[in-house]
Amino acid sequence: MSAPLLTATGVHKNYGNTPALRGVDFSISAGEIVAVTGPSGCGKSTLLHCLAGILPTDAGEVRYRDQDIGLWSEAARSRLRRADFGVLFQFGQLVPELTAAENVALPLLLAGSGRREAREAALGWLDKFGVADLADKRPAAMSGGQQQRCAVARALVTEPQVVFADEPTGALDQLNGEQVLGAMVQVVREQGTAVVLVTHEAAIAAYADREIVLRDGAIDPSGLGVAP
Amino acid sequence: MSTAHVLLGLLARGPRHGYDLKREHDERLPQAKPLAYGQVYSTLGRLERDGFVEQSGQDQESGPERTSYTLTELGRDRLDAWLDEVEPPAPHVTSALFNKVVVALLAADADRARLYLTAQRSAHMTRMRELTVSKTTPGTTVGDVIAADYAIGHLDADLRWLQTTLARVADLQKEVSS
Repeated sequence: MSAPLLTATGVHKNYGNTPALRGVDFSISAGEIVAVTGPSGCGKSTLLHCLAGILPTDAGEVRYRDQDIGLWSEAARSRLRRADFGVLFQFGQLVPELTAAENVALPLLLAGSGRREAREAALGWLDKFGVADLADKRPAAMSGGQQQRCAVARALVTEPQVVFADEPTGALDQLNGEQVLGAMVQVVREQGTAVVLVTHEAAIAAYADREIVLRDGAIDPSGLGVAP
Repeated sequence: MSTAHVLLGLLARGPRHGYDLKREHDERLPQAKPLAYGQVYSTLGRLERDGFVEQSGQDQESGPERTSYTLTELGRDRLDAWLDEVEPPAPHVTSALFNKVVVALLAADADRARLYLTAQRSAHMTRMRELTVSKTTPGTTVGDVIAADYAIGHLDADLRWLQTTLARVADLQKEVSS
């Protein structure tokens, strides 16, 4: 396997006096899909936020392309998130005042693309996820599944190296969730994008190449995520 | 062969008559079909022929003569091998999974049951991943997709059960050893 793209070593994170992560090691290679699973409150989302450089760690390090991003300024981390990372959450991530095409074009505009170029790319990505006909609709006029397809398109429009997806199908019914994820996995496989996929559902984790299971903020080698 | 393994598991706790074995089987595995006496004795006969159990005495105290059976060393090995073995991750294996957890607790302890649950979960996840790859491969027919969905749905139900059972192993052990 190729050298890891993103690694975490001994990551600790506390919320006040409550430890959320207690020394987690993690690594993902280019093009790999890794599921992070475990019961509610095990630290899955916190780990995702630390890996994406959204949350600073209290101890341990997160390295992207062998550079410790914890040593970077917030501005540099923010640029990294815009250029190399894509994020996808459960729901409520589209800007309600913007159309689907404008939402998807947004990351490109923030990265300095021209309006026309950004719109064209956005339309291409909406088409990949079967929602090109909704380009000029606002989120309120779309179903949950359609909104999530737009959100996936927006996460991928900058052709990031790593996508961080936190329960990306959690707000959808089973069939819609599966269709959204199936389409996303097909595209990221073609593009060679790595995905950190946080989920508590085994059937969703099964889309990944491998999984790590967290329990009480640490990796559970038994894979069961339950206290003995 | 599962009934034979359950009987080996019950005998791991000490010598038993056929009657005791039937009663304990029905009590410990209430989801299973009650064992017929004929089946208990024919199974014991086969286990004895294969050297997994041996006769260890006669008891005539109350009513008809009863033969008591003991687990042999070979039988203990056979039981251990069965407990180590992960069930093929196929739909509808739930009762085999259930039997293994109960027998692991009867014949050994909670750690044994957890070891089995962990190995079984891993086998289930691997199978589920294979099915997911096959159904998401471009060009897969709808028929193959729904066949994979069916298997995935059942494996998913097993996985949920494996997870909650692990959390309940300690309580189940108290019940089983009471």
